[in-house]
Amino acid sequence: MINLNINNKEYEIDTVEDEPLLWVIRDRLGLTGTKFGCGIGECGACTVQIDGEAVQSCQMEVGDAVGKKITTVEGLPENHPVKVAWIEKEVPQCGYCHSGQIMSAASLLANNPEPTDSDIDNAMSINICRCGTYPRIREAIHLAAGKKG
Amino acid sequence: MGKIINISRREFCKSSAVLGGSLVLAFYAPGCSRKAEELATAKPFVPNAFIRIAPDESVTVIVNKSEMGQGVYTSLPMLVGEELEVDWAKVSFEPAPVDHVYDHTQWGPMQGTGGSTSIRSCWEQFRKAGATARVMLERAAAKTWKVDPADCMAERGFVINRKTGKKISFGKLVDEAAKQTPPEKVELKDSSEFDILGTAKKRLDTPDKVNGRALFGIDVNQEGMLTAVVARPPVFGGKIKSFDDKKAKAVHGVKEVVRIDRGVAVVADHFWPAKLGRDALEIEWDEGPLASLDSVAQGAEYAKIAETPGTVATDRGDVKKALSGAAKKIDAVYEFPYLAHAPMEPLNCVADVRADSCEIWVGTQMQTLDRDAAAAATGLPEDKVKLHTTYLGGGFGRRAVGDSHFVKEAVQVSMAVKKPVKVIWTREDDIKGGYYRPRSYHKLSGGLDTDGKFVALNHRMVNQSIVKGTPFEGLIKDGIDHTSVEGAFDTPYDIPNLFVDSHMAPAGVPVLWWRSVGHSATAFVKECFVDEMAALAGKDPYLFRRELLAKHPRQQALLDLVTEKAGWNKPATEGSHKGIAIHESFGSIVAQIAEVSVDGTGRIKVHKVVCAIDCGKTVNPDTIKAQMEGGIIFGLTAALYGKITFNDGRVVQGNFDDYEMLRIDGTPEIEVHIMESDESVGGVGEPGVPPIAPAVANAVFAARGVRLRQLPFATNLLRS
Repeated sequence: MINLNINNKEYEIDTVEDEPLLWVIRDRLGLTGTKFGCGIGECGACTVQIDGEAVQSCQMEVGDAVGKKITTVEGLPENHPVKVAWIEKEVPQCGYCHSGQIMSAASLLANNPEPTDSDIDNAMSINICRCGTYPRIREAIHLAAGKKG
Repeated sequence: MGKIINISRREFCKSSAVLGGSLVLAFYAPGCSRKAEELATAKPFVPNAFIRIAPDESVTVIVNKSEMGQGVYTSLPMLVGEELEVDWAKVSFEPAPVDHVYDHTQWGPMQGTGGSTSIRSCWEQFRKAGATARVMLERAAAKTWKVDPADCMAERGFVINRKTGKKISFGKLVDEAAKQTPPEKVELKDSSEFDILGTAKKRLDTPDKVNGRALFGIDVNQEGMLTAVVARPPVFGGKIKSFDDKKAKAVHGVKEVVRIDRGVAVVADHFWPAKLGRDALEIEWDEGPLASLDSVAQGAEYAKIAETPGTVATDRGDVKKALSGAAKKIDAVYEFPYLAHAPMEPLNCVADVRADSCEIWVGTQMQTLDRDAAAAATGLPEDKVKLHTTYLGGGFGRRAVGDSHFVKEAVQVSMAVKKPVKVIWTREDDIKGGYYRPRSYHKLSGGLDTDGKFVALNHRMVNQSIVKGTPFEGLIKDGIDHTSVEGAFDTPYDIPNLFVDSHMAPAGVPVLWWRSVGHSATAFVKECFVDEMAALAGKDPYLFRRELLAKHPRQQALLDLVTEKAGWNKPATEGSHKGIAIHESFGSIVAQIAEVSVDGTGRIKVHKVVCAIDCGKTVNPDTIKAQMEGGIIFGLTAALYGKITFNDGRVVQGNFDDYEMLRIDGTPEIEVHIMESDESVGGVGEPGVPPIAPAVANAVFAARGVRLRQLPFATNLLRS
């Protein structure tokens, strides 16, 4: 049995310690906002926050997440500045990668409230968007940071 | 509308939130909320298959096109809303079930999404549906008030009596409206009267996509569902000789291992054990005739094929004579690799096959073909197969297949294990799984006369046919696959002597339409080669094109617009250079100017792209802008990185580490200008892709004097 704290809720899960956190979140807990994109830590679709830091959940064994505070896109409030900015700037197209994009962006802003374009590039380069919404991601992060996009 | 079975109440409430408020009327489940229960007893007004108006004023538009990012769940409701005179805030959408009433208006008897046709093919259909409903509501109001229908006029969700100024809401008219006979003919608005179309309405699907609620195929869960991962042949056309599943079955969580047409499926309670089980399978393959397929050898084979005459696509003037008499000539070869679509959501499908029914949940671009394939696979009649279209985590053509392979796999596994099953492809399964943009080889000779006029072009190409052997084979006319030669045989450049011929390369590697299809290669050839000819003539690339487009005033006007906006005549930022390209595809014309620098290692940096589009009338300008941005980035990814190659019959690339995508740090500043136009609506999903690679290549030529004639760019040619 594995005990996890996700979005401030306690879960007890019957699984092995080396199952990737991503699949525990998606398959065993049904929190499907967190997405599978590559399975090798190259695309960021599975990004969640572990104690506030953006982490690719496909690369973390569930055993390593025990005792930590896990936040998924469902746990980020709807009025979070990043989510509001994402809607304001009409960022998503297909939308599949955006749970991960949003979790990365929220973590960036928590650490760096006024990021420059190059700060954004550095923090967000882990997240691939095949639809090509990058220009709007950049604008939305500036907007969420309180700057003009 | 059917009701979703096998879905828990909790999930239902979740999915109803996804699909929009008035869904409760169709997919009624008790206990979601009191309001829902009350509403469910009232009957909505359903004037036709595309619209449902409920007593609570909600207007649901049933959309028969798949939402894969291009915005159809908003733009198509806008078409209805314009003619229906809705209060836009009351509009929501719902994916259509499979029914012939939802067939594509241009493709024959099938429902589907592709070819940037959604707006074009629904432009009249959806507006008529809206206008029909509006007339019925107006008549219902006239009946209620006992006045002349001519005095009743719909406006923003109400019908207003022109004489008295009295108003009544659509929701209050639903019962009476349902009694009205639909008008045989309706009058549609003139574009000057539009007040929804042409405005940047917010996308209706954004809030769910931002909050992790949007349900993609991979997110579907059914009671008792198992997950399968499939081992497919390592070489296309390979077959199983034998397999040993002992180790796979030993994985904790693995339930069954079943053989299906396309391979061996490991079925488990969840994805992870299924994947571990699949990886533990020991399979002996008969690799078949492509076992030694090698990209270098294949390139030589294509070059050899190009030495012989192909099937003629265009023959105008006398190219041989014109070339032999040309004052100046260029011979060039352009080459393109296979490309994977790599949508962010790996392929997947959920199937639940029972003795007398089959239910499918899938993000597909081809509903009817997939439904019929499931019927054929199960032996059930088509009306016993129910297909639910989920959100698509990207399509780009990959989810528009003629053989329904990713649906059939799930159906076969579900049949074998007699349970609902979700088949999930890993990223490697997707990248190595075929259905690629075809590789192609293009051999050109072009000639200028003594005045520097482009007087002769001979263009021969070699590539596999996308449609041969598929339900779309009808697109082959007189031995020419239109999707191979589009953008080349119909070049708008006024070249008096033009000869285009084409070879179908040997089949084997599964090929498919990839965002912008044939244009993804032909536009690069056309726009780079015209740039070569301009340089040979010593003329400005913009003016050289402009002169060749004298018979195409829309293209000329777009060139004027893009050069003005990009400051074509002004020097570029220190150290960078500009390149231009223009191309028409899918009913729209797009021109782009790229500002580029090249460093000593040959690394190309694209700083800025100015894009202008003429897509005729606009539906949602912000969606057009988004599609141009996305198309440019999609095209840049292919230009800089995209390449699927073969070694010993096997695909070399497998994931985003070796099949790279452009990321935010490589993304240029993008500026989009939409030409004001009252021409017919054009497509927007694909036309942004073709011009970017040639615009960048032409800018690289301006920077370095080197012509890049291969995609992805051979940056080793640029090392100083």
